Amino acid sequence: MTEKVKVRIDGEVIAATAGQTILEVARTNNKYIPALCYMEGLSTVGACRLCMVEVSGVARLLPACTTPVQEGLAVATTSPQLESYRKMALELLFAERNHVCAVCVSSGHCELQTLAQEHGVTSVRYPYSYPRLPVDTTHPRFVLDHNRCVLCSRCVRTCAEVEGAHVWDLAGRGVGSRLVSELQRPWGEATSCTSCGKCVQACPTGAMAEKGFGVEEMTKRRAAVSRLTSMREGE
Amino acid sequence: MATRKATADTRRRTTPAAAGVESAGDAQATQPVEAQRPAMQTVTINHVSRIEGHAKITIKLDDAGRVTDTQFHVTQIRGFEKFVEGRPYYEMPSITSRICGICPVSHLLASSKACDEIMAVRIPAAAAQLRELIHCAQFVQSHALSFFHLSAPDLLLGMDADPAHRNVAGLLESHPEALRDGIALRKFGQQVIERLAKERVHPSWMVPGGVNAPLDPQVRIKTLEELPGAMAIVQRTLAMWKRALDGFPEEIEAFSNFPTMYCGLVGPDGSLRLYDGNMRFIGADGAIIADQVRPEDYATYIGEASMTDSYLKAPYYKPIGFPDGIYRVGPLARLNVADRCGTPLADAELELYRARFGRIVQSGFHYHYARLIEALYALERMEQLLANPAILATKVRAHAGVNNLEGTGIIEAPRGTLIHNYKVNENGAITWANLIVATGHNNLAITRGVHQVAERFISGKKIEEAALNRVSALVRAYDPCLSCSTHQLGVAAVAITLVGPDGEVFDEVTT
Repeated sequence: MTEKVKVRIDGEVIAATAGQTILEVARTNNKYIPALCYMEGLSTVGACRLCMVEVSGVARLLPACTTPVQEGLAVATTSPQLESYRKMALELLFAERNHVCAVCVSSGHCELQTLAQEHGVTSVRYPYSYPRLPVDTTHPRFVLDHNRCVLCSRCVRTCAEVEGAHVWDLAGRGVGSRLVSELQRPWGEATSCTSCGKCVQACPTGAMAEKGFGVEEMTKRRAAVSRLTSMREGE
Repeated sequence: MATRKATADTRRRTTPAAAGVESAGDAQATQPVEAQRPAMQTVTINHVSRIEGHAKITIKLDDAGRVTDTQFHVTQIRGFEKFVEGRPYYEMPSITSRICGICPVSHLLASSKACDEIMAVRIPAAAAQLRELIHCAQFVQSHALSFFHLSAPDLLLGMDADPAHRNVAGLLESHPEALRDGIALRKFGQQVIERLAKERVHPSWMVPGGVNAPLDPQVRIKTLEELPGAMAIVQRTLAMWKRALDGFPEEIEAFSNFPTMYCGLVGPDGSLRLYDGNMRFIGADGAIIADQVRPEDYATYIGEASMTDSYLKAPYYKPIGFPDGIYRVGPLARLNVADRCGTPLADAELELYRARFGRIVQSGFHYHYARLIEALYALERMEQLLANPAILATKVRAHAGVNNLEGTGIIEAPRGTLIHNYKVNENGAITWANLIVATGHNNLAITRGVHQVAERFISGKKIEEAALNRVSALVRAYDPCLSCSTHQLGVAAVAITLVGPDGEVFDEVTT
């Protein structure tokens, strides 16, 4: 039997189930916590650090997507400190790669862009690193543009956990990390890829897109990927 | 560069009379006055010119103060051809349209046509009609901008009018109707673009294979309703301009008034084409030198010379060679090249134009007149295209992958022939790109035109206001879009330097 617990989110007492994460409880109860690497139906990794929240009695900030709730937990989803950290995290994402919204296939439908707008990121205070990054056009239907990748690993988890193919992984460390398909093979040569396209639909930015889509044209169907997991839960 | 060194070593001063502001953009560029220095040799004057982008002009004099050489430098590099390498080809329209905010539609279309070739598709008929429609709307807005906003202060207030008033604000006082007409005409063109493509600047509607949404029937009705008003403005302006032309004998005589070849797109019947058609080259005497040159063959006829003193290349007619293969593009060239416009009102105006200035019109000053006739043609074409209900067809996009490893798209941008040529690998990544923009084609002619104006209007070691404005107005007549090769915000547009035989800078003016 699942244990029921009571938690406070922004002062409001909410009933939850032990084992749920703060983010799940918050979203179920219409409390907004921003997140980029989190996607319903996938495991959580706490990679993007946008969902950091303040938990009373804990000196450091905790990621809402990986922190389970427990009885009496009190969470603040927003504060001046959290807002400034989230804005900083977004700006660092922009500074790390070459995000050029004006010519991006996902402009207008991009989660990074939307978050930046929500958090008032009108400029980036840090120097851009302008890395020279390749575009993998080898797949006949899809394209991977490392310039737009935020290393959220949603594609990695979607492919491994939903499709079961595990084509994608992250290689390298820190800012040198790169998304790789099948141990550095070009995507088009990855024999385990089923060309299902779920990674493309799960990608929050224009890093993965279907070929032939022009600027602003690439809309994603993320809910379709999440729905697959929820439909399998009863099996 | 010798000129630069000389400039750095020489003192500067601001001439108050010329520091008048022609538009708000350059107010911050005013130089501080160094009052204590005696006997000045270099003068820097700041005020705003009305062109797209930035350029520098050097005029060299001999011992007697006569003009010996002139150079037109474009001082910024854009790098588009290089940094697009590796991008998927279908992103090219949106990337290359960022070259310019005045005629993004031109780059979108030339690029989309090059991509159509890579996909080896024949786009649906309605898509071609819609592309031509938005292109015509852009011609109207761009030509309105060039004539009214940028050049009308010289043309209506006079080349020698006080620079403090020789601007749009000055026009508002003396020619409010003309200014209102100009703003209304540009607005019409921009609004048609917005209605069709959802955005006025850098829309995403034009795509490889066609357009991404069919025409809304309401947009067709609304645009047809507004067309007569726009047509009346152009006709009014043409009538006014034909009367005013007699007031510019010196400018007609000295503004790039020399024989060159001309290049432009024509249809199979030799009529004017803006969106489709093949290239035709004619000689200064009007004889056809090359006809129906297909886009993919452009490199057989056009060579590009790299200049040591400018980032803008100088295309030339290859069979003749550099620099004798000088040719011009743009409104003046198109009306010289085409047998006729192909629409009734524009053809009637073209006849009057040719009756007055000859079958081949050489003076660069008549770019303005030609521009107005083209605006009329564009409006008539819009009417013809919208009158046909087939334009409402809902199949407007062809889909395909990479079927050719190279594609070339050519259209007539408002300023002249625009060429986009891409090579891709099997996966569709760009491996090589070449763009030849209108202002590039005119590079040699603008340089020679500056020489002609300088010879006529510059004497002695100082650039007088009358000469300064005429050199600027000559450049303006070509409506150069230097953004196509350069762009920088808040910096003076054209710098003119007068250099003596030993490299000494006599005078320097930024306009």
